[in-house]
Amino acid sequence: MCHQSVGLIARHAEATGIPTLCMGSALDILQAVHPPRVAFLDYLLGHTTGKPFEPELQRAILLEALEAFSSFTEPGQIKHLPFRWAEDDSWKDGVMNDGDTRTTRRDTPQYQTEEDRVLAEQNNPEACGVCAVSA
Amino acid sequence: MQKPPVDYIKRITANYAALGYKTYQWVHNEDTPPWTPLAKPLSECRLGLIASGGIYVTGQVAFHTKDDFSFRAIPKDVATSDLRTAHFAYDQTDARRDPNVVFPIDTLRRLEKEGVIGELADHAFTFMGGIYSTRKVREALAPQLTEQLQAERVDVALLVPV
Repeated sequence: MCHQSVGLIARHAEATGIPTLCMGSALDILQAVHPPRVAFLDYLLGHTTGKPFEPELQRAILLEALEAFSSFTEPGQIKHLPFRWAEDDSWKDGVMNDGDTRTTRRDTPQYQTEEDRVLAEQNNPEACGVCAVSA
Repeated sequence: MQKPPVDYIKRITANYAALGYKTYQWVHNEDTPPWTPLAKPLSECRLGLIASGGIYVTGQVAFHTKDDFSFRAIPKDVATSDLRTAHFAYDQTDARRDPNVVFPIDTLRRLEKEGVIGELADHAFTFMGGIYSTRKVREALAPQLTEQLQAERVDVALLVPV
């Protein structure tokens, strides 16, 4: 769903005159929503821009992706980034094949920590979840 | 052994069917996407970042997970250790250890310093991308985020889903 939402936003922004690049790891969803520029990283979801604490890899991935801004010449192009999640692709077998792993969706803020909740409620007495809050 | 990319739509559709949910209508655009060429080299561009992994800064209201179509503005000089995530549809373990895996803020600050991009916009914008209603995305979130990008005077936008 994330990839779909992002693709729709990219199409909207691009139509108003802002060149966009969507990164992503769900190729079929990106192909379906069909944004102007796509850089596809064949990684496990949750790692769209790299592996944790590997800044050199994260930099290399972003450089390869951003290159699409210069090299793409027509709408709808997709660049397959030259990185693999693991030497063996067997991780793909398990993805989404073990049933529904999503957590329950709730309509209250889902704080990572209790401290975050306390801080946010101090800052936002009305807890306005729809406001864009600048720190 | 090398395998083709995961077919998410097929697998998610099968999972929903097994749970007895209605078939989700994925967006299928078959037109030619809109297109705006870059007006100048990336090394001279002001880049705006949009990420959908539910990232917020401690002190901000976290996202809820039921079609929350609000967004947060994250200052470009944010301390990486102040970043948090709130999402329901992906494993947040690594994103909470190193937010750069879904929100490449340190990476972009570095590329700005190196001159690969001209500059990073003053704010990045984040939301919780697991939104089932495409109408809310099209009619509310997409125009609102586009307005933010315009207000930030970005020359290009990088979008990072999860």
